[in-house]
Amino acid sequence: MIEFQNVHKTYRVAGRDIPALHSTSLSVENGQVFGLIGHSGAGKSTLLRLINRLEAPSGGKIIVDGEDVTAFNADELRRFRQQVGMIFQHFNLLASKTVADNVALPLTLAGELSRSEIDRRVAELLDRVGLSDHAKKFPAQLSGGQKQRVGIARALATKPKILLCDEATSALDPQTTASVLQLLAEINRELKLTIVLITHEMDVIRRVCDRVAVMDAGVIVEHGPVADVFLHPKHPTTRRFVQEDEQIDEDEQRDDFAHVPGRIVRLTFQGDATYAPLLGTVARETGVDYSILAGRIDRIKDTPYGQLTLAITGGDMDAAFARFTAADVHMEVLR
Amino acid sequence: MEALSFFANVDWSEIWLATLDTLMMLGGSLLFTILLGLPLGVLLFLCGPRQLFEEKRVYALLSLIVNILRSLPFIILLIVMIPFTVLITGTSLGVAGAIPPLVVGATPFFARLVETALREVDRGIIEATQAMGATTRQIILNALLPEARPGIFAAITVTAITLVSYTAMAGVVGAGGLGDLAIRFGYQRFQTDVMIVTVVLLLVLVQVLQSVGDKLVVHFSRK
Repeated sequence: MIEFQNVHKTYRVAGRDIPALHSTSLSVENGQVFGLIGHSGAGKSTLLRLINRLEAPSGGKIIVDGEDVTAFNADELRRFRQQVGMIFQHFNLLASKTVADNVALPLTLAGELSRSEIDRRVAELLDRVGLSDHAKKFPAQLSGGQKQRVGIARALATKPKILLCDEATSALDPQTTASVLQLLAEINRELKLTIVLITHEMDVIRRVCDRVAVMDAGVIVEHGPVADVFLHPKHPTTRRFVQEDEQIDEDEQRDDFAHVPGRIVRLTFQGDATYAPLLGTVARETGVDYSILAGRIDRIKDTPYGQLTLAITGGDMDAAFARFTAADVHMEVLR
Repeated sequence: MEALSFFANVDWSEIWLATLDTLMMLGGSLLFTILLGLPLGVLLFLCGPRQLFEEKRVYALLSLIVNILRSLPFIILLIVMIPFTVLITGTSLGVAGAIPPLVVGATPFFARLVETALREVDRGIIEATQAMGATTRQIILNALLPEARPGIFAAITVTAITLVSYTAMAGVVGAGGLGDLAIRFGYQRFQTDVMIVTVVLLLVLVQVLQSVGDKLVVHFSRK
């Protein structure tokens, strides 16, 4: 488990203290995929780097599996870092080394395995990320997605228990992003690895994360299970991220709906409820009419969900609302 | 016979010996320049602003020494160095007498080039190796130097060529070599043919150094 206890970080720039992270407490369970989302400058990168102490905290404690990371001496810190893999937006592969040598680097540095053991481990890792045929190539000969796969193989080399992802898909096209995220989800599932990732794209959070924290100006403004935060955003920053992801303009939508008669409600279904024939049943039983104004059926990680905005007219509206509320559905009355 | 008579003043065995002297001065001084300049360049880089060992005062001091040595005209350095040269090689003449001033003249120059080459390495590489739990020594040996290799080979090439022109100047203090021949025969005795032969040989030497250097840079760029 990764635990932040009142951690804060201030940078000193030109004689002035600039706060990057205000006092933050946070915990990430083992085996979780934890997402941090925020715009650039929100402090998410600082928070991530505090975990393996690439940044030293200005105060507070960071506890990883019962050990206080902030109290480590140089030697302990090096050994700890070998247990924490990290991948980067720009991959940070060594251009002078082959793919195989890049993946072998953390093992060579740790100096615990023999040459032949390292070779075997590297072959195994390249096989896992699907790059066995590229072992002898140099990074410059690979595509962005392949480079990130090398980055992932390298990060996994020392069998870490934690993987930190610094905007790992931000430099990739959507298709490559999807395949890299799939690989991360696979690794999380099969190796029971804890993953902490930062991103500015809600879509990344939605695809792989179990929990999410939304950051703004050095503060975590909202956090919780992805479905809760994503489907019922409370903080304005969170709402903006969700709207960006769904490509909704709230003002435009309000104008559009102004001409629609009847009441307007938003229903949110999750899990099995997504596929239940609720709308038809309720309409038949209570005599209401409905039209779908906006909607989306998708998945958050492995859970299906649906979110529909309906205009409801005629019939016994109160009974219909009562039926929706009683069912396994979250209802908000918008108008 | 016409063509040969043009080279009437040229003593080819003399030219051969002078060429060997030049090559020995170049090889010897280049070797010591690399041995001293590479660590100095790494140290400059590490102590520099926003680097691993950021150490403002050490950097300022090293920088000052490097700048003083670099601003000193080589011809002055040659003369100033004579007592020191005698102290370590026992003579201020010949190939052995030329190497110490050549090394002192070229090392600060080479160190600066190494520092620049290291600064060209993406900071992300250092961060990635730090995140792997590397020691500073490992970061330098396993990441920084291999990544900066093309830049360092370019620096060695430029330094070697600078040393070629320095060896020619070293002729002034009796160092021997092609430059010495050019000055004593070509210039002072108006033997234009000797001048032409020595200059052509120096030109060939520079060409060879540059193209070998370029090949190495391209090879290690891995692009």
